[in-house]
Amino acid sequence: MRGAPAGRVRAQSWDDRARTRPRVKDRYVPRIATPAALERIRPAATAPELLRNFCIIAHIDHGKSTLADRMLQMTGVVEERLMRAQYLDRMDIERERGITIKSQAVRMPWQVEDQAYALNMIDTPGHVDFSYEVSRSLAACEGAILLVDAAQGIEAQTLANLYMAMEHDLAIIPVLNKIDLPAAQPERFAEELAGLIGVEPEECLQVSGKTGVGVEELLDQIVAQIPAPQGQVDAPARAMIFDSVYDTYRGVVTYVRVVDGHLKQGEKVTMMSTADTHELQEIGVIAPDPTTAEGLGAGEVGYLITGAKDVRQSRVGDTVTTQHNPATEALAGYRDPQPMVFSGLYPIDGSDYPALRDALDKLKLNDAALDYEPETSVALGFGFRCGFLGLLHLEIVRERLEREFDLDLISTTPNVVYQVTMEDGTEVEVTNPSEFPAGKVASVTEPTVAATILTPSDFVGPVMELCQNRRGVMEGMDYLSPERVELRYTLPLGEIIFDFFDQLKSRTRGYASLDYEAAGEQDADLVKVDILLQGEQVDAFSAIVHRDKAYSYGVMMTGKLKELIPRQQFEVPIQAAIGSRIIARETVRAIRKDVLAKCYGGDISRKRKLLERQKEGKKRMKNIGRVEVPQEAFVAALATDGGGDS
Amino acid sequence: MTTPASAVGHPTAPDPGRGRHPARPVPELDLTGTADGARHRDLGVYVHIPFCAVRCGYCDFNTYTATELGGGASQDAYAGTAIGEVHLARDAMDAAGLPRRPVRTVFFGGGTPTLLPAADLARVLHEIADTWTLAPDAEITTEANPDSVTPQTLAELAAAGFTRISYGMQSAVPHVLATLDRTHDPARVPEAVAWAKDAGLAVSLDLIYGTPGETLADWEESLRAAIAMAPDHLSAYALVVEPGTKMAAQVRRGELVMPDDDDEADKYELADALLAEAGYRWYEISNWATTPDQQCRHNIAYWRSQDWWGIGPGAHSHVGGHRWWNVKHPRPYAAAVEQARLPVAGQERLTAQQRHDERVLLEVRLARGMPVDDERLLTSLVADGLAQPDPAERGLVVLTARGRLLADSVVHRILGLT
Repeated sequence: MRGAPAGRVRAQSWDDRARTRPRVKDRYVPRIATPAALERIRPAATAPELLRNFCIIAHIDHGKSTLADRMLQMTGVVEERLMRAQYLDRMDIERERGITIKSQAVRMPWQVEDQAYALNMIDTPGHVDFSYEVSRSLAACEGAILLVDAAQGIEAQTLANLYMAMEHDLAIIPVLNKIDLPAAQPERFAEELAGLIGVEPEECLQVSGKTGVGVEELLDQIVAQIPAPQGQVDAPARAMIFDSVYDTYRGVVTYVRVVDGHLKQGEKVTMMSTADTHELQEIGVIAPDPTTAEGLGAGEVGYLITGAKDVRQSRVGDTVTTQHNPATEALAGYRDPQPMVFSGLYPIDGSDYPALRDALDKLKLNDAALDYEPETSVALGFGFRCGFLGLLHLEIVRERLEREFDLDLISTTPNVVYQVTMEDGTEVEVTNPSEFPAGKVASVTEPTVAATILTPSDFVGPVMELCQNRRGVMEGMDYLSPERVELRYTLPLGEIIFDFFDQLKSRTRGYASLDYEAAGEQDADLVKVDILLQGEQVDAFSAIVHRDKAYSYGVMMTGKLKELIPRQQFEVPIQAAIGSRIIARETVRAIRKDVLAKCYGGDISRKRKLLERQKEGKKRMKNIGRVEVPQEAFVAALATDGGGDS
Repeated sequence: MTTPASAVGHPTAPDPGRGRHPARPVPELDLTGTADGARHRDLGVYVHIPFCAVRCGYCDFNTYTATELGGGASQDAYAGTAIGEVHLARDAMDAAGLPRRPVRTVFFGGGTPTLLPAADLARVLHEIADTWTLAPDAEITTEANPDSVTPQTLAELAAAGFTRISYGMQSAVPHVLATLDRTHDPARVPEAVAWAKDAGLAVSLDLIYGTPGETLADWEESLRAAIAMAPDHLSAYALVVEPGTKMAAQVRRGELVMPDDDDEADKYELADALLAEAGYRWYEISNWATTPDQQCRHNIAYWRSQDWWGIGPGAHSHVGGHRWWNVKHPRPYAAAVEQARLPVAGQERLTAQQRHDERVLLEVRLARGMPVDDERLLTSLVADGLAQPDPAERGLVVLTARGRLLADSVVHRILGLT
């Protein structure tokens, strides 16, 4: 069979094919640890010095999941016949969009000379919206693989996560992936990585997750370079939750890194932020399917099942201790998830409201950051005002609602939280523009972010212009290489949640990347612009904007609605107003003719069917005062050109 | 031709049951129960002539040029096939227990009926008369292209019993006719009208407004030219560009720009004013006549849900709440009739709701008015300037000029959709 020309493959019998298969496997022969060596790395009985906890920092598309797949195969934990692409990504959306939303931890044995080690690969979420979860994943590790596409170089978000990893004092192993690609420029990007983390370019490993080249060396380097965990084996147990996932059959599955002491099956454990106590019904490791164990010792990573039904009972960042010998001090770094971006979600068919409520209740079980409360809109009917970590979080939730629960939804333009102080000293928190208080406003504060933008140096001008248009304040600028620049800005969060990322991409031919983190609040001259149809306010279109942009928002929205609102039997003014002051106006002229004058003589059926379609259309009409507006007009007016940072 | 009596399906309309595949079994026409109350309903016959010398760019009617048809289904044999369907119709109605009623109206539409020799049209008419008899005052209309008639053919038609001719004049303005692909010489129309009058036929003219490029002045010229010929009846239809026509493609490519609804409203109002001034009274949104006697009774029967049988490919029929339509292409049509099968492509039995919807949809268009017993609705329609006050006092919705232009809204309001 050796060397059979490709053209003859079709003529091979099944038996022949089976015999050729080992040749493919040759490229990554598993290095399976011996039984004797494995015995020393049993869960709950592994010395910390035989543990290596690491994560992979990578941008979407830079091949993290493919590399993880190869590691699973090389270490022998997944048999080749069971292998499927992106093995660790569980949700459909993850696999389809190539985004890892929820992290996991896989335990893999790896033998170097006579010694077996247990490698825990902690998968990190890959998006800015989940930066808190990223920080907890990093806190669970001693080292990180900085994985960069050898054809593309580092992206802003990877850089941000790299900085975060460096702040956590993780050992960083720089790795260039996809070296098999014809477009790969490993030398060029090795320089860039070396400059960033202070190593020699030659120290960057070159791998291909696709072909397996260099992966064995990488696994060896993980053992060699990443420090073993340092924990107090005999201290009261402290385990940090770095992820928490709701499973329909098992309830909440909590992923932990044991820092001190140990946890055992059947023990009562306490969540230190809430003091809630649960029994450890099951404890184990992911290898890469859940495998029960007697317990988990200091330095180990694994999962707990307590019977909790809601991820809020098992919060990321919280510390788990035992009830009988509790730790006195929680691990540092716990934080409640704070929604940053709000949007109204409404069913297009009003009768789907209860279904939407049920669906949100279900999603909430698995999403501690999702926040929602009922809301009513004149234009859109009954829905929910939802709080999200960021735009991607919003998109993912919306997509899951539509896909997994078969709902058709409209989402209102996302907004941030504003603190409004009135002249009489009262303070109002505004998460929905239509709640912006009327009356004398003394000040308004808005959240800001510290943004990092990486762009090819050719596009620095357009990027700076964009940031200035969005009220950005430049904080710094560095050349990573002659071709790539890092720009740092403080920007109002409200200015980047709309279409900033799309604008950034279009101004840089898709090359720029963005990362940001919350950076406090600032006072700003913000006003609420209302949109009125024949004098009636359309709540869904109210927006809080900077005073300098109020006019352009008004002109844009009235212009858009003029095109979308069908002519009525009377003239309909569309106005934009700040308080009682009209700042822009358009008019939908009264309709003069709607009749189809050509009435087919005999083919009455056709005309009646047209009427029946109109009847269906009427069901989707919303009334704003006397004005009838089809639901589609609202949907179209609310549609943005994306805005996701993915 | 664009006339209301062209009782012919639309090529792109989703006719349930209209098979694209001729091999699909033809559904058996089910007239069960349609005999109830038939004695109180008029019977009309529509005869579709699916031939044209040239296909006009805006036309979506079921018609074919000689080249489009190729072999088979020839124009020569057509009258014989149509007569075949007349016999099948008679048998089907007899079998369903429908009484044989004298036919009150016959309408030959197309296509261009006058592409067939007058003798062929006469043969079909005689067969209808022999089959059901004609009412003493029967209205017998044929559509015609102004350049497909001669004094001779018109005299033959009159002699055969035709009482009325409807010319597809469309416009008097050459550039508008050119956009519509109309080939007739506008100067020919007064002559053709005069010949018809000489032959003793009542005359109707069809006009189209809202053709791309037509100005308000162009339209006025057409209206005045039509009025100058003193027809007994006039129809004025807004041009509707149907998907799948050559014109739809021209509009899509931006070669033609459709006027907006306001332009059409202006033109309708102009037509209404000039025609009223010239002594024509509207009796349906798009139709005007000198006297009630000159109203097209065949069309009124459509709008008042009477019974009619549509003969010919693609023709639609209605008998006692049952609607059906024939196969569209002349060849499978001829084949079915040849095999003594009704050439039905699809049918539907109207529900009570559907009959009500249709009644509102159609009767509201008529000057005689639509009875409505909801006083608040009547008051609001009057207040909005859509319905005339005096008939409203008597519980009738009779549209004002504004109401005629906004008739769809009025229909929605009567049906409680708003």
